[in-house]
Amino acid sequence: MKILKMVGVLVLLACAIIFPQVFTDPTVTTIAVFTLIFAAVATGWNILGGYSGYISLGHIAYFGIGAYAMALFCLHWNIPGGYEPFLLVPLTALIAAVVSIPLGWIALRVRRHTFIVITIAMFFIIQLLAYNLIWLTNGSTGLGLPIPTDWGGYFFNYPFYYAALILLVIAVLVSWWIRNSKFGLGLLAIRDDEDRALGLGVKTVASKLAAFAIAAFFAGAAGAIYAYFVESIYPATIFDPNFDVAVVLMVFLGGLGTISGPILGALIMEPLQQYLNLQYGENGYNLIILGGIFLLVMLILPRGILPTLGDLWRKYRAMREQDTAVQAEEGMVITALPGRVGRSTAGRDESAPTAIAPNQNEPGEGINV
Amino acid sequence: MSLLETQDVTKAFGGIQALNSCSISVEQGSITGLIGPNGSGKTTLFNVMTGYERVDGGQIRFEGRTITNASPDKVFRLGMGRTFQLTRVFPRLTVLENMHVAAQRNDLKGLFSRWSSTHEQQRALELLDFVGLTKHKNLPAGNLSYGQKKLLEFAFILIAEPRVILLDEPAGGVNPTMLNYLTSRIRALNERGVTFLIVEHNMEFVMGLCSRIMVMHRGTKIAEGTPVEVRANPAVLEAYLGD
Amino acid sequence: MGLIIEAIVTGILTGGVYALMSSGLTLIFGVMDIINIAQGILVILGAYLSFVLQQHFHIDLFLGLLITMPVMFGFGVLLEFVFIRPLKRDRTMLSLLVMYGLALVIEGVLNLIFSADLVQLQGWYTTASFNVGGFYLSYIYVFGFLLAVVLLAGLYWLVYRTKFGFSLRASMQNRVAAELIGIDVERISAITFGIGIALAAAGGMAFGATNAFDAASSYDLISRVLAIIIFGGMGSLSGALIASVGMLVVEDVTSVVWSPVWASTVFFILLVIILVVRPQGLLGQAEVRKQ
Repeated sequence: MKILKMVGVLVLLACAIIFPQVFTDPTVTTIAVFTLIFAAVATGWNILGGYSGYISLGHIAYFGIGAYAMALFCLHWNIPGGYEPFLLVPLTALIAAVVSIPLGWIALRVRRHTFIVITIAMFFIIQLLAYNLIWLTNGSTGLGLPIPTDWGGYFFNYPFYYAALILLVIAVLVSWWIRNSKFGLGLLAIRDDEDRALGLGVKTVASKLAAFAIAAFFAGAAGAIYAYFVESIYPATIFDPNFDVAVVLMVFLGGLGTISGPILGALIMEPLQQYLNLQYGENGYNLIILGGIFLLVMLILPRGILPTLGDLWRKYRAMREQDTAVQAEEGMVITALPGRVGRSTAGRDESAPTAIAPNQNEPGEGINV
Repeated sequence: MSLLETQDVTKAFGGIQALNSCSISVEQGSITGLIGPNGSGKTTLFNVMTGYERVDGGQIRFEGRTITNASPDKVFRLGMGRTFQLTRVFPRLTVLENMHVAAQRNDLKGLFSRWSSTHEQQRALELLDFVGLTKHKNLPAGNLSYGQKKLLEFAFILIAEPRVILLDEPAGGVNPTMLNYLTSRIRALNERGVTFLIVEHNMEFVMGLCSRIMVMHRGTKIAEGTPVEVRANPAVLEAYLGD
Repeated sequence: MGLIIEAIVTGILTGGVYALMSSGLTLIFGVMDIINIAQGILVILGAYLSFVLQQHFHIDLFLGLLITMPVMFGFGVLLEFVFIRPLKRDRTMLSLLVMYGLALVIEGVLNLIFSADLVQLQGWYTTASFNVGGFYLSYIYVFGFLLAVVLLAGLYWLVYRTKFGFSLRASMQNRVAAELIGIDVERISAITFGIGIALAAAGGMAFGATNAFDAASSYDLISRVLAIIIFGGMGSLSGALIASVGMLVVEDVTSVVWSPVWASTVFFILLVIILVVRPQGLLGQAEVRKQ
């Protein structure tokens, strides 16, 4: 089963790698680049929102910070167009992450409801700073990025595509690794019952902050690539609340807390959004449709596609095997103690006195599925 | 030797004096019961001992060390575990994952390696076996029955190898057979050196299990002794009936 | 110096209007644990309604409130019923996202109908002004403030002096306990939501008469209103009032003393400061560690 999964992932990866070579139409590859970029943001965001349950509705601020960092470095260090800017991406991501730490610390001092609102407020603060710190950001005039002149025609999108793909792969690896680590388990415990987790020794403050910063890291990296891709950035276009909502929606749609859910969500949402903006951006239909989809997803599929499919699959299997749900009432066998529990093992009989109750299957009552 | 003791602990909630100069002492290696009518302050005492509430005055000592107002995680790390009246497990995590949350790791490297490392995994499985939940190890804990959740809570505290366990109404809402099972588990652990302090209303359970019982009333201890002594104590009777 | 006094006065007056918009939001949060992120666009919707009534039916802005407020109240109740009530699990989170989706739809519709042209509500009082100790104050600011005072006083009376208000406060404090003593919390929630939206309508009229707006103005609005209720303490009506006036005064004074550009940033900096110093806001309740 696990091998099947691995093979599947490798196949998908291979497809992703050859995709732009096969579908060379620049419109298609452009949408693909955006999709990959936002899939990376979504995957990173999921580490915070999905694993710990702290929904940050302003994390796109760090996308913007990464974008501006990229633009500023290119400007001040006279970086020419070409492959060099890509080397700056890790640096810009790091900056975004570092900026996020004090902000995250402030925001995480409150519990979930207020946290959400604070992240929104912080987003607007950063947007305002982008407008007002004119000496740094050039205000509403925006900043330009170097333009790679020798990437002609349909080739232009390729470096961006692969850069974004690499970012996405890294994000997925990090997400997967966290999911299986003690750190990730702590985050999940926080999501279920933060106080209990704290009481059991989970370092909740540090864990949440780390997740916050990691999410900011990937948002920043994606923002840097995005900025370079679109060639010029303005406070209005980079700090766009709709980006933020789109990312959150992607994760919810695909499945909050799953590893591949955000990617699935991005695959569905981003092309859709691009299409809508193109067709209907003028008059407002795009907002209506987007909002409508949003509503539908929230009301019908609140858990997202993958978890819902997972549930259906489980139910199907349960029906097929006809599990007997009725467990033996109070059947228990008192077993031997694990030797470790505070006693010396020198020469004592390990098994505790036993009493065999009527039905021998499980302790406890039946399980409610 | 006194393992856990409180000295003149007071705690008020608004106008209500929950704990009134309460001093108790729990002997190492004992199974001590804590009973009293509703509102006598038993759960509040638990809460201050385990760091879930701050005291207004008084001292709390564990293994000779003052732990007054320490945070819950510190208290847990020092070796005092507790369960809750309404079970608190992590519903969306599997039973096995629940076990691992409490497994302590003190180094940074440990934080980032897999949570199901061999040594902890073995221990977690042993403990699940001890409480009889092995078959459900991959079920989301939210799917367990109430009694099973109690057992799970019990088990994952054990993974940290606490020296004293505070049980807050373990018998509440649990059927007799399960109760017997729980009693046997407690006794087995006690034989291995774990001290217990149990708050409970179920008299049969308490009298049958505990070697020593303390009675609280209106925020302070009014009686103490063996089950026989306590049962015969007129002050205890008055506390229960008088209110 | 005169400029500063003028700034303080306008700050207080506009603060009253913001208080109208914020109190609805904080009330909804207090009773239902829901962050109505659509409040911004609903305020704009109220403004557009007043606009339509004024432009096409020549109804005075203030009189028009007698129409827009009940209509928006009904709309609010409807929204609660259709979009919020069905959410059972994870209510706060999902409702936030649902309301955002709704806000997008409403914004799109408004864009469609009214296009992106900026409009402003008109009346004799928006252009005429009177002389107050050296500077000119447009009547609308005073009227808007008076409107806010009247409505907020009415709200206060409703919440603290009526049986309904009692049930509302009980629901705010402990939903389950309130239900146990026979309070129909669902009904209270729907009505509260309606009240919040009705207040938004009034705030919208006042806002629209003092600012040029379009559908996209909602973002700026909602960010400020959110900042206000966090500052004041989520769920606290008096907190919303104090925060509205306080933050607006500081902003206006900053605009005069330092620069208009930084005024709005200062607004948010205040928010950050309060979060560091007192995360629950001025009059909010500190998070209690659950047992």
